[in-house]
Amino acid sequence: MSEPAVRRTVIVDETVRVHHLLDREEVLGPVMLSPLMIYLVALVGLPLVLVFVYAFSDATTGSTEFSFVGLQTFQHTLDDPVFRIALRNTVVFTVLAQLIVVVLATVLGFVLSANFRGKWFVRFLILLPWTTPIALSALAWLWMLDSLFSPFNWILGQLHVIDVGTPVAWLGQDATAIASVVALNAWRTLPLAAVILMAGLTSIPPELNEQAQVDGAGFWKRFFDITMPLLAPIMMVAILFGIVATFTDMAAVYILTRGGPGFATQVLGSWSFYTGIQGGSLAQGAAIGIFMFPVLLGVCILMLRQASRGDVT
Amino acid sequence: MVARSPGVAISRWAVLVVFALLCAFPFAWATFTMFKDNADLYTVGHVPFFYNSPPTLDHVRVLFADTAFLTFVRNSVEIGLIVVAITLAISVPAAYAIARLTGQWGGKLAMTVFIFYLVPPTLLFLPLSRIVAELGLQDTIWSLVVVYPTLTAPFSTWLLVGFFRSIPRDIEEQAMVDGYSRAGAVVRTVLPLAVPGLFTVVIFTFAFTMNDFIYAVAFISSSNNMTVSAGVPTELIRGDVFFWQSLMAAAVLVAIPVALAYNFFLDRFVQGLSLGAVKG
Repeated sequence: MSEPAVRRTVIVDETVRVHHLLDREEVLGPVMLSPLMIYLVALVGLPLVLVFVYAFSDATTGSTEFSFVGLQTFQHTLDDPVFRIALRNTVVFTVLAQLIVVVLATVLGFVLSANFRGKWFVRFLILLPWTTPIALSALAWLWMLDSLFSPFNWILGQLHVIDVGTPVAWLGQDATAIASVVALNAWRTLPLAAVILMAGLTSIPPELNEQAQVDGAGFWKRFFDITMPLLAPIMMVAILFGIVATFTDMAAVYILTRGGPGFATQVLGSWSFYTGIQGGSLAQGAAIGIFMFPVLLGVCILMLRQASRGDVT
Repeated sequence: MVARSPGVAISRWAVLVVFALLCAFPFAWATFTMFKDNADLYTVGHVPFFYNSPPTLDHVRVLFADTAFLTFVRNSVEIGLIVVAITLAISVPAAYAIARLTGQWGGKLAMTVFIFYLVPPTLLFLPLSRIVAELGLQDTIWSLVVVYPTLTAPFSTWLLVGFFRSIPRDIEEQAMVDGYSRAGAVVRTVLPLAVPGLFTVVIFTFAFTMNDFIYAVAFISSSNNMTVSAGVPTELIRGDVFFWQSLMAAAVLVAIPVALAYNFFLDRFVQGLSLGAVKG
C-alpha cells in the first residue's frame, strides 16, 4: 500500500524539478536563445572569420589546402586597377543613389502619408521595385535599356534628339552605363525608404504642425523646424538600409552590365564574385570583399547609437 | 497636411502619377512586351508602344512548356517553405526570450542579432560556398536551405521582438497565475495574439529567399536545382540569344504575386520595423 505512493511522489518531484528549472527566467532565456545564436555563430560568425583567414592566404576554389601569405593578397588586390575602379564605383554609386533616394523618398513619403482613394493600388505600383527579386527587375531594366529596342531610343528618335539609325547604347558607354546602375539602385531602394518615412510622418502628432500654423509658421518653416528634426532618426534608418543594399550589391551590376563596358561599372560585390567564384581565387575574392567592412562597421555603429538614443527617449 | 484646397489635391495626384510611372514603368513595359510576337517586337521601324500585330500568348506558353521555369518555381517554393519553418523554429523562441526573459540585456541582444543581419551575402558567399561543399550539399537545394536562414532569422527575430513587446506582459502572467507553465501560457495566450506578426515574418522570410541571387548562382550549377532568381537570368538566356517575351513574362509573373503579398502585410512590417528601430 505504501510502495506505489512513494513511487508517485518521486515522479512528481522529478517533473516539478524540471519545471522549476525551465520556469526560472535566467535558465529559460538562454535555452530559448541558443538555437538562433548557435546557428548564427556557425553560419555567419565562422564564415566571417574565414573571410579574413582567406584574405591572408593563397586559398583557391580548386583545393582545400592553403598557406598563409601575409599581406601579399592585399598587395595584389590594391595593385589591381579593376579593384580600384570597383572600390571607387561602390562608394560613388552608393552616395549618388542614396542622395537621390533621400530627396525622392521625402516627397513620396509626404504624398503617401495622406489618405486618398485608390491608395492601395498606387502603393502596389510604388512598391514593385522593392518587392521584386532584384535579378528579375534588373532583367526588365536590361530590356528597357536595350540598344536597339529601348522605348527611350524611339522617343528620342521621334524628338530628333538622336538619329534614328544610330540608337543610344545605354549600357555600352561608360557614362550612361554608370547612370543606369545608379538609377537602378536608387529605384529599388526608394520604396522602402519612402514607406519608412511615411510611417515616421504619420507618427508626428498633428497638433505640433497645427499649433505652428496658428503661430504663423509657413510650410517650409514648419517643414525644416518641426518635421525634419522629428523625422531625422527614422530617416537615418531608411538611408542605412539603402546604403547596405547598394554598397553590398552584386546582382544589379552582374545582370545589367556584367561590370562593363570594360570594367566601368564593376563594384566590390561583383568583382569579388568574378574573382572568387569564376576566377577561382578565394583569397583574392575575400580580400576584395573585406573592403566593404569599414563602411558596414560604420553602419553598425550608427545603428547602435540610434538604438541607445531610442532607449533614452 | 491641414489645407484641403483642390490645388493641393491636384498637385498630390500629379506627384503620385509621376512616382507610380517611375516605379512601375519597367514592369509595365515588360507586361506589354510579353504578349508581342517576334515580327512585331524585332522590327526596328515599328512604333514600340502599339501592338502592330495582335497580342499573342505564344511566348508565355513557351516559358511554361519549353523552359525550366516551372522547375525553378517549384524549387523556390520548396526552399522558401522549408526556410520559413526553420526561421520560425529558431526565431520565435529567441525573440520571446529577448522580449521577456533577458531583462536589461534584451535591447543589447536585439541589436546583436540585428548586426548579424548587416553582414552581407557578398562578403559571406566565398567561405559559405566552401562550407556547403564540405557538407556535401553543393549543387543541391539543401545548400540554400542551410544558408538562407542567415538572411531571414536575424531580421525575423528583430521584427518579432517588437511584436512580442507590444503584447502586455499581464496576459501571460495572468495565465501563469491560473496554473499554466511559462510555455503553456505562451502557447495559449501570446502566440495567438502574435499571429499577425508571425504571418508578417512568414511573408518576408519567403520573399527574402526569393530575392537572393548571389548564393543561388554561387552554390548551384545544374538548372534542375536552380531558383527563379538565379535560373531565369542565367538559364533562359541561351548564349547571346534573349527570349525577351518569355523573360519578361517570367519577371512579371513573379513580381505581381510577391508585390501583392508585400502590400497586404506592409503596415505590420513597417510597424515592426519602427518598433525594432526605435526601441532597439
